[in-house]
Parts: sequence; C-alpha cells; structure tokens
Amino acid sequence: MEAENGQRDDPVTGSDDRPPAPHTRLLPNWLKLTAQGLWCEAGDFFIDPGRAVARAVITHGHADHARPGHGHVLATPETAAIMRIRYGDRAGGTIDPLPLGEPRRIDGVTVRFVPAGHILGSAQVVLEHAGTRVVVSGDFKRQADPTCQPFEPVACDLFITEATFGLPVFRHPPDAVAVDRLLTSLSTFPERAHLVGVYALGKAQRLIALLRAAGYDRTIWLHGALTRLCDLYREQGVFLGELALCSGGRRKELAGEIVLCPPAALADRWSRAFPDPVIAMASGWMQVRQRARQRGVELPLVISDHADWDQLTGTIREVTAPRVLVTHGQEDALVHWARSLGLEADALSLTGYDDGG
Amino acid sequence: MKAFSALLDALVFAPQRSAKLRLMQRYFRETPDPDRGYALAALTGSLSFPHAKPALIRALVAERVDPALFALSYDYVGDLAETAALIWPARGGPAEPPRLAAMVETLGSAEKGTLPGLVAETLDQLDESGRLALLKLITGGLRVGVSARLAKTALAELGDVEVAAIEEVWHGLDPPYTRLFAWLEGRGARPAEPGGLGFRPMMLATPLEERDLPTLDPADHAAEWKWDGIRVQLASRGGEARLWSRTGDDITLAFPDVIAGAAFDAVIDGELLVVRGGVVAPFSHLQQRLNRKTVGTKLLEGYPAAIMVYDLLAWDGEDIRALPFAERRRRLELWMERMALPRLALSPLVRFTSWSDLAGIRAAARGDGIEGLMVKRWDSTYRAGRLKGPWFKWKREPLTVDCVLMYAQRGHGKRSSFYSDYTFGCWLEDAGGTRTLVPVGKAYFGFTDAELAELDRWVRAHTVDRFGPVRAVRPELVLEIAFDSVHLSSRHKSGLAMRFPRVSRIRRDKPAAEADSVDALRALIAPI
Repeated sequence: MEAENGQRDDPVTGSDDRPPAPHTRLLPNWLKLTAQGLWCEAGDFFIDPGRAVARAVITHGHADHARPGHGHVLATPETAAIMRIRYGDRAGGTIDPLPLGEPRRIDGVTVRFVPAGHILGSAQVVLEHAGTRVVVSGDFKRQADPTCQPFEPVACDLFITEATFGLPVFRHPPDAVAVDRLLTSLSTFPERAHLVGVYALGKAQRLIALLRAAGYDRTIWLHGALTRLCDLYREQGVFLGELALCSGGRRKELAGEIVLCPPAALADRWSRAFPDPVIAMASGWMQVRQRARQRGVELPLVISDHADWDQLTGTIREVTAPRVLVTHGQEDALVHWARSLGLEADALSLTGYDDGG
Repeated sequence: MKAFSALLDALVFAPQRSAKLRLMQRYFRETPDPDRGYALAALTGSLSFPHAKPALIRALVAERVDPALFALSYDYVGDLAETAALIWPARGGPAEPPRLAAMVETLGSAEKGTLPGLVAETLDQLDESGRLALLKLITGGLRVGVSARLAKTALAELGDVEVAAIEEVWHGLDPPYTRLFAWLEGRGARPAEPGGLGFRPMMLATPLEERDLPTLDPADHAAEWKWDGIRVQLASRGGEARLWSRTGDDITLAFPDVIAGAAFDAVIDGELLVVRGGVVAPFSHLQQRLNRKTVGTKLLEGYPAAIMVYDLLAWDGEDIRALPFAERRRRLELWMERMALPRLALSPLVRFTSWSDLAGIRAAARGDGIEGLMVKRWDSTYRAGRLKGPWFKWKREPLTVDCVLMYAQRGHGKRSSFYSDYTFGCWLEDAGGTRTLVPVGKAYFGFTDAELAELDRWVRAHTVDRFGPVRAVRPELVLEIAFDSVHLSSRHKSGLAMRFPRVSRIRRDKPAAEADSVDALRALIAPI
C-alpha cells in the first residue's frame, strides 16, 4: 500500500531521555503512540488518526475517528461510503474498501476488520504481526442493533478498548425501555411535538428502526442534517419507513409527531417554531439525571451506541487478552478493574475523540 | 412500583406545571389502591422512615461494590442515592417487582436492626429507576419539583372538585387515602371533616390596578399594612395547636415560640415575622427560621418569631368565615383584647378618607417589614382562593437600580431555546480606584415576550464564553432592575441580596460605565 500523495508523517514518540510511559511497555514494539494517533510502524499506517496522514485505517465513520484528507484510506465499504457522503472529494486520495472478515497483508502485518456493532460499517481492527495479535476495538457495543452487524469477540494478546462509559454506574437498560418511554410521552402529550436530539450518524437511524420495530408507522420528521445519512442507510438495506424533511412552516403543524434533529438544534432557534415541544435526547449519557437536566432535556432516552460497564468488562473477559489498554473515556475505573483481575492494564491517551454517547 | 418510579422519572424532568399535573393525574387514574395512595403520601411528604439514613445506603453499597469504583462513580454522579441506584449489582429479581404499598408497609414498620436487610432485599428486586425511587422515598425528599399543593391540585382536577375542598378534608386523613379516592371517583361519601385543627384554604388578594381606583368607593373598603413575612394560619383547640403555611404545610414544630401559650379555641390568619422588642425585622431574618423541621435555642433567641394577626376564621367552635370582614374584624379585636398573647399582635387598620390620601400613606411607607397595603371590602366574606374584587394588595413602588448584564442561562420548557435567566452586576471600586463588575442578582421575569426575544438575540451576538448552559456576555448592556427591597447577605459575593428582582427596562441608551455601583445599591438597604 503506497501513499499516493503527501509525505509520511514523522511519528512523535516523546524524547529519548525520558523513561517510556507505562503504556508503551504494553504495546508491542511495532505499534506506537504518536501525536497523530496510534501508528503501526511495521505496516506504516495510522489507525483513526486525529490529523490527515499518508495512510489511514479507519474503524468507523464518526468524524472524530474518520478525518478528511488522508492520502490512502482503508475502511469497510460502508464506512467508505459514509466518508464519501460526508467529505466528498476530501474523503481521501484513494479509498480502499475492505469487506468485514477479509484479511489484508500490509508489509508483513495482517489487517482484518471484524464487526464492532457500533454503527453501520463499524469495525474492530485486528492486527497480526510477529506472532502477536492486537485488537483495536474502535467504538463498540454489545446490544443488538437492527442497523448493523453484531460485535464479534476476537481472542488476542492485547486488547485496546474504548471506555466512553467506563464506570459501573453506566448499565444501559434494554433499548425497548427508551422506545416505550417515547411512545408513552407521545400519548400523554398528544398536543406537543416530540423533538428528539440524536447524532446524525448511527443514533438517528437506529432510533427510527427501533420505532418501526415497535410498530410505530407514522411519518418520522427529520431535521435537514439527518436526511443524507438516512438515505445511505436505506440504500444499504436498513428499513426506516416513511421519513420527511420538516422544513419552514411545517414545523408549526407537527403536534403529536416525532421529529429527529442533531442535539445542537434542540437549543437552537430552529426548535422554536414547534408547538410546545417536548425536548428529548437519545444518548447513553441520559442515564445520569443531573447530566440530562443540565442539558434542559425533558424526556431523556437512554439509547447508547457504546458499550456500558457490563459490556466492557464482559468483553475484556471474553477476548482473554492478558494485556489491556484503555483509550478515550473513563479510563481509571476500567484500568483499576482489569488490574484487580490480574491483567496488565493501562490508560492510553489518544486525544481528539469526542465523548458522544 | 414500576408505575411509581416511571412517574418520578417523568416528573423530575418535566419543567412545566401543566405537564406535572397531567403526569400525576394519569398515574392516579391508572394505578389501583392502595399503591396510588402511598404515592400521594410520598408526593405530599406524608411518609417517614426514621431509621433510613444515608449511612445505611453507603454501608449496603460498600458490602457489594469495590470502594475505588464506588468513589470514582460517586465523584462523577454527585448524588448518593443516584450513584447507589445505578451501581447496585443487578440480580435479575422476580418478573413482577414488589408493589409500592407492600414496600412502604414492610419498610415503614421495620425495626432499626432488620431495616438494612429488608432494604437490600427490595433493591435486589428492582430495576435502576425503581431503586432510585425507593432510595429517595426512604431517605426523604423525592426532589421532583412537586409541592404538596400541586399534588392536591392534580387530585382536585381528577375528582372535579376545588383544591380547597381537598385541603379541608386532608388533615383528617392518613395514607393510603382510600376514602379520599373513593370520594373523588364518586364511589363514596366525602370523608368527614376533622375537629378544627385542620388547614382552611386561604383567601388571597389580587394586585390593585390604579386605573380601577375610580370605580371603587373608599367607604366600602378597609386598609391595613401588608407585612413582609409569610402568611400563616394558627389553629388551636383543646390545648393543641397547629401552624399552617399558606400552602397548607404543617410548620408547627419549627415555631414553638409562636405556639407557646396558644391555649384557646380559635383559628386566626396572620403574617409570620421576626419581631425584636416590638420592631419587625427584615424578611431575611425570618428566612433563618424557614424550611427547618425543628429549631434550636440559639435561633429561637436570635430570631424570635411572632404573628401580626389579620383575621379571625373561627372562635369557640363557630366557623365565622361566612361573616363580613367588618364583623370578623370586630370579633378579632375583641378576641385579641381578651387573650393578650405575647407573640400575637393585632395588625392595625390604616385610616384614610380618599384614594389619594391612601396613595400618600403608601408612598411614605418605607419602614422595614412593610411590603405595601392591603385593601379589603368591609363586606367581604372569607373565601378560599384568589378572587378579584373583595381583596386587593397594593404593593409600594419598587426600588430600581441600573445593572450590567453579565451572564445568561437558557430557560426550561417553552423557554429552553431562549437565554432567559439573567445575572447582572454593579460596579465595585477597590482602594486603587479600579472598577470591576460584581454580580448582585439574577432575574428571569419582568420582560415582555418581545423583550425576551431581543435579549436572547443580544446574548447570542455578544457571547464571550460558555459554561454548559450558561453564556458570559460582553459587559455592555444595561438593564434597569426593579426589586422590592435589598438586604445584607453573606451568601453573595457582593454582600447584598435583592427581593423579587425583575427586569423592568432594557436601557440601550445607557453606557455600561454609567450603571450603578454596589455602594449605590447598598444605600437602598432599609434601616432596621
């Protein structure tokens, strides 16, 4: 895999006169932490780099993982399609779709994508080199999701896991609870529009699919920022039912209807035209009431695309890795827990990832 | 229990009163006895579990969760009951969680020694939201933004009766209120009235519009001072006494000094105040005594409470609310003379001949402890609620000060997309002559919808920093703030606290540098 444009970035691993940080002890010598992110030296590529690089392997399409402007992008076909929609010409110099499960040799490193269950096209990256197998989880969850393939655990020597919800207070209830809550509110307040803040990629489509599965067959109204990605999900065969763009004057007429919009639009002037809206938000963060109240949410819906505490700890047990590195989120508690199990564990500070739940 | 925890979950987030009412009505309609009765008791603060303390919850959690993980979680969540409810290891209890009534009955009658085991067993059978409901229920304080009054209002609408009718019977009833629900649903008789110590819903006044004055005859009206305390009702019979707040909360235990010696058979209406040596202290002194379950000697000596008596509602077992005010007043004066109680004083009538005469008296009244005047028709009977006509309140002109807008916060409900809560400051000069803005108060009403839209636009265009829902703005916009009074306060950085601050005008014409100083505000403190 050759870079077609741009120079290779120099990895920055810290100055030589300082002792290596603890996490570098747990990383094999062919995998390094750099200012751009995690760098596979043996294959000369970055995984979810925070800035444009020559060669990138991308776990999924969320903007904090899939940045624009890389020279060469290796991603699942679905992730590649998401990046093209979001970035157009800036999606990458060459985009190299690699289906889930297919191995690819890159300079002596075998790379394979395995479903992560986070959003459409999301993958874990399995790296094998010099007799060692490393799994980079990317963002993942273990709850069933009608819009993407379920997470597959892969036994490994080192598991690099996310920890967005890495505290034992996060134990997400079944998503049916949130759907039921939304539908109950709709029947209690039929004269009010129900405005639900959702992330445009993943959460929006999952919530729609869940509503459809629960038998809700009315038109679901969308903020303009959500339409293109919903179209993409449909093209990929996800059933979303009747959707419509709620523009301009229509907003006044949407009493008793469900309207999805990006979280930022809830507090925006855009939300004013709706009849006495119930402000709802679908996110794993909604489990902590203070956090929900702070955001002015009236109807918190706990639906998360990230693993909760039980899923994180269950997965770590399942992949039987003796070494665990914990990236973005609440690392301390998970590292503490893994060590108490006798595993070698540390935090791995990758900067630049959002805590969108 | 599922329905009850779902109700609490919905109430805690519902910003509007109307939404809270709807949620409670739905619950009361759909939930059977006796569960709904215990829920009503919980919402009105009528349940207590004296042995359930936060320490008990901590101890139960410590037996089940790694202390380091608990500490990290508690740091993050910030609330003990919520942390415990979330972190409690799920057991996958029985398919059908315990009923609210069974839980309240079991835990309410448990001995101190057996309570922890019973609580743990119950927590094991509940989901997260049920666990939180249980923990809040037994440690007191649901904190879902529902007053006892609001819960009773929901009931009243359910049974299509006046909330006053519920208040009248309320104090003779106990959880789970089966007779009350039966009556409201038309399946039973009205529960009998209690023996005289119960709360009688209060008669309230509407603001006097000066344009209404020409239509009113001064000779038909009495005037008296509107004291700046809290309205109370004191009922006494057979050596027992009860002190009720305006909303029907029993505050007897917090005011033993007022109750002392109340050995009479009567019900009076008056204003609760702190009075020292015959002088009424500012409202902030009374605040020291409010919102307490009991009171210590130090507070009793430092902040002695008394009642300025306005009205007499019952005497020697006779309910006289249907008599005209003139007759009630005559009897009140007679009663006060006979009783001569140390902590009760008769609120004097203000004599006047014409409305302009009364306006002059009102303008001259700057004394502390007086909020303005009450104007009552001599022929007004004592009726519950806020009726327009028989009683008016005529507050004195507010004080005003020009302040600079410093921070704005998004509102709730209908205002959730508007920056509608404003923190404003005045200038403070240090020894070196440098002037800085110091916050002196916060206001979220007083403006029109058009002004709100204007302020919201201004805030969005002049934001310099954001902290969650709060925006800091460029200190450039002057707001004229109206308020009823200002007092010294150690709780605020400026050392001052305003009563009822509201935005009275947007002063686009005034440069921020010319806004008032903290010293100018301090000069408006009423003398004691």
